[in-house]
Amino acid sequence: MAQFSLPQNSKIDKKAGKVFKAPAGARKVKTFKIYRYDPETNANPRVDTYEVDMGSCGPMVLDALIKIKNEVDATLTFRRSCREGICGSCAMNIDGTNTLACIKPCDEIKGDAKVYPLPHMPVVKDLVPDLTHFYAQLASIEPWLKTDTPAPTRERLQSEEDRAKLDGLYECILCACCSTSCPSYWWNGDRYLGPAILLQAYRWLVDSRDEATGERLDALEDPFKLYRCHTIMNCSKTCPKGLNPAKAIAETKKMLVERKL
Amino acid sequence: MTTKTPAQSRPLSPFMLGQYYRFQWTSLLSFGHRITGIGLTFGTALVALWLIALASGVDTYGAVAPHLKAWYGQALMFAWTWALMYHLCNGIRHLFWDIGVGFELKTAQRSGTFVVLGSIVLTVAAWAVAYIA
Repeated sequence: MAQFSLPQNSKIDKKAGKVFKAPAGARKVKTFKIYRYDPETNANPRVDTYEVDMGSCGPMVLDALIKIKNEVDATLTFRRSCREGICGSCAMNIDGTNTLACIKPCDEIKGDAKVYPLPHMPVVKDLVPDLTHFYAQLASIEPWLKTDTPAPTRERLQSEEDRAKLDGLYECILCACCSTSCPSYWWNGDRYLGPAILLQAYRWLVDSRDEATGERLDALEDPFKLYRCHTIMNCSKTCPKGLNPAKAIAETKKMLVERKL
Repeated sequence: MTTKTPAQSRPLSPFMLGQYYRFQWTSLLSFGHRITGIGLTFGTALVALWLIALASGVDTYGAVAPHLKAWYGQALMFAWTWALMYHLCNGIRHLFWDIGVGFELKTAQRSGTFVVLGSIVLTVAAWAVAYIA
């Protein structure tokens, strides 16, 4: 059911937030308001305020988070790895939309930078969401090449045109920005696969080397798994890689119609 | 020392539209479609009421007509007209999406602008015709 407010244990305790002032002599101060949740206490989440001297900080939001963790508050917890938009670890809700902290310039944020975990997800700690269900959904679409014909002695070849069909799909890094920007996924995420997983499903549907297209379509033909997509398009709007999950979903729906004709 | 928290007791991260997730033109247009759809359901009941009154004869119609002519009746009907036009225009936008056309963000933004402007133009035009005729 559509849910419009947070459960009791998830409400942000507005009085509990701590404030970390900028060091004396800071040249260019930017304020970061960051969601905090510590699983080792019984306390509700809170929002801490950190004033960061941007004069001695890298340009991206991730640079600021790392600076805070190194110099101000070592308890701040977040995922990060590649720092160049290819691993998808630092996906979070920054300034009210989902993106990767490592490729989001602090300059682009007007006023205080609000940093929250990806929306409508169980929070493990601070900015770290629990992606177990998301990964289980990925596994459910069997994201690997399936064939019945005997394996050839060399690579399975593709024409250039067939290979081109994978462009705009293979680049997905599964950061979950799109799925967690989707109101349908917020409210039906238990059964609706969401844009990221559906884009992955389509990536295998259009792969000329895959021989399980029919089974894959059978598995998707479900009022919840696929058809909870109502073409809101928040997914394509927020994708930090500039991909278009909404289009991939529409193409999947088209394939389901076309095979009946 | 780490206490493993069961998934159920983990807090849910904030998501509410507007407050934590900014309204995007994508979600605003989509919610507009839903809200006008719901509005039309009630509006159509009012239109049906008007038709029933019309069919029931002079006395019934005489009782209903003044309400429709009053400012609130006119406002409701104006809102209903706009909801109809918005739902119609955006419905056509959805039909294009159903055949896989218009998903590029720029195109979708442009079609969204057309829907908003188109619905306003059509509403004003419908009322202009009604008042001139």
